[in-house]
Amino acid sequence: MKMKYCLFSVFLLSLFFFQENLKAQSYQNAQHHACLKCHSNQSYSFQNSVTGNEVKRLMNPYYILDTVAISAGVHKQFDCTDCHSSEYGSYPHQANLKLEPLSTCLDCHGGDASFAKYKFEQIQEEVKKSVHYKVYGENFSCTKCHSQHTYVATARNSDNVLDIVDYNNKMCLSCHNDMKKYKMVSGHDNPKLVQVHDWLPNQELHFRHVRCVECHTEVVDSLMVSHNILGKDHALKKCAECHSANSRLKASLYKYENLQKRLEKGSIHTVLSNSSYMIGTHQSPMLKLLSFVIFFAVLSGVIIHSLFRIFKK
Amino acid sequence: MGTTEKIYFYPVWLRVWHGINALGIIILIITGISMQSSSESPVIGFNLAVNMHNIAGVVVFLGYLVFFIGNMVTKNGKYYLIKIKGFFKNPIKQGIYYSWGMFHGEKYPFPLSEKRKFNPLQKYFYVLVMYMAVPVVIVTGIALLFPEIILDEVYGISGVFMTAILHSAMGFFISIFLIIHLYVASIGKSPVENFRSIITGWHHV
Repeated sequence: MKMKYCLFSVFLLSLFFFQENLKAQSYQNAQHHACLKCHSNQSYSFQNSVTGNEVKRLMNPYYILDTVAISAGVHKQFDCTDCHSSEYGSYPHQANLKLEPLSTCLDCHGGDASFAKYKFEQIQEEVKKSVHYKVYGENFSCTKCHSQHTYVATARNSDNVLDIVDYNNKMCLSCHNDMKKYKMVSGHDNPKLVQVHDWLPNQELHFRHVRCVECHTEVVDSLMVSHNILGKDHALKKCAECHSANSRLKASLYKYENLQKRLEKGSIHTVLSNSSYMIGTHQSPMLKLLSFVIFFAVLSGVIIHSLFRIFKK
Repeated sequence: MGTTEKIYFYPVWLRVWHGINALGIIILIITGISMQSSSESPVIGFNLAVNMHNIAGVVVFLGYLVFFIGNMVTKNGKYYLIKIKGFFKNPIKQGIYYSWGMFHGEKYPFPLSEKRKFNPLQKYFYVLVMYMAVPVVIVTGIALLFPEIILDEVYGISGVFMTAILHSAMGFFISIFLIIHLYVASIGKSPVENFRSIITGWHHV
């Protein structure tokens, strides 16, 4: 009896691993995945059961998934039907499946100790104060910015500032640089970003080296990024807030431990490994000290020499 | 003063350039320090400092072209030529005069004349500043004005960072030069004599 029980457990376990393996393989082998064989392609084919013909159609571009990005994303271990209805397995999909409520982020991440450090609940509170929520209400879900299919926690893991900035800004640009998506949420045309920011010197450089949220959120000490996104009327527009020894960026972009560690590698290394530079912020203590020493040496030289000139004429 | 010999050392173009350059450099130093050490409530706002620095930088750059071309086409350029003979000996001699000789009644080792406008030590400093520091500060300054032209990375180090460090280091060197320049200028027949010369053009030997 005991033996039987054991064998059954092994069977269950192997089934579990087999299934896990299947999922991982299936994202990479999209052609053999029940959903992705259609949803990762520009077009799809099916057998029309009424006419009996083979039909080929274009896939709705918003429903095409990037399988490479999915297999790198934080939710890669889930299969499509873990969140979507299993009834999507048949085609044509039933119309009423669209009405089915999907799980929200908080349904899984809320109140869970293992996700406590991400502070999902506090983020939700912040979102409710944001310009996005004011315009679109509850419909402005997390996934509007953080794609549930492909999201990667770049800011927490990468030590390359430019990668973090690029990844983050693409989230904003996916709507703010897209006429249709922007208009759906806001109800009006999207302002031209280059024009709106024309007061900002070296615009391109700024956009590559800092995130939109650096100016467009309030800094909250307890969160990595405050999710209270501010519209242009409340956004930061003062250079010295960042371009100063006490830069705001230290409380936002450079708040992440992974970036802090990079700065702690030693003073010379820090000077040399800087992948970015900001006037007023990235001062090298070594060079600063050297400049003070030279300055005061010259000044004392001048003073001593003039004293000699006065008294030893 | 009637018996002293006068040499017309500083032609009008040179004096005009020197005046504009002096004003420009002073603005650049003040605004440069202000930007580099900006705090929450800077004396000059960051925006204003950046704009003033950019404008003064362009003015100094244009002025430098005047200085450079002027030295090419007029005889003023030859005062900056350094000879191999006495390459080390002459400036050391001048240095000893400044630190010892002038307090012990020694004679000025390199009297100024139509042929010699600068003493050897002075000449070395002027050449270093005008033909090394200022060109480097101008080139890096133009690069920082158009940062998109700077290489992103040079051997793993940010190009902008390297350019900025070079720019501020040279700017600092020029600031130090300015202090020494102003002080040494006060060593003349009277402390204001040399300052008068750069305005009138005439140097009393």
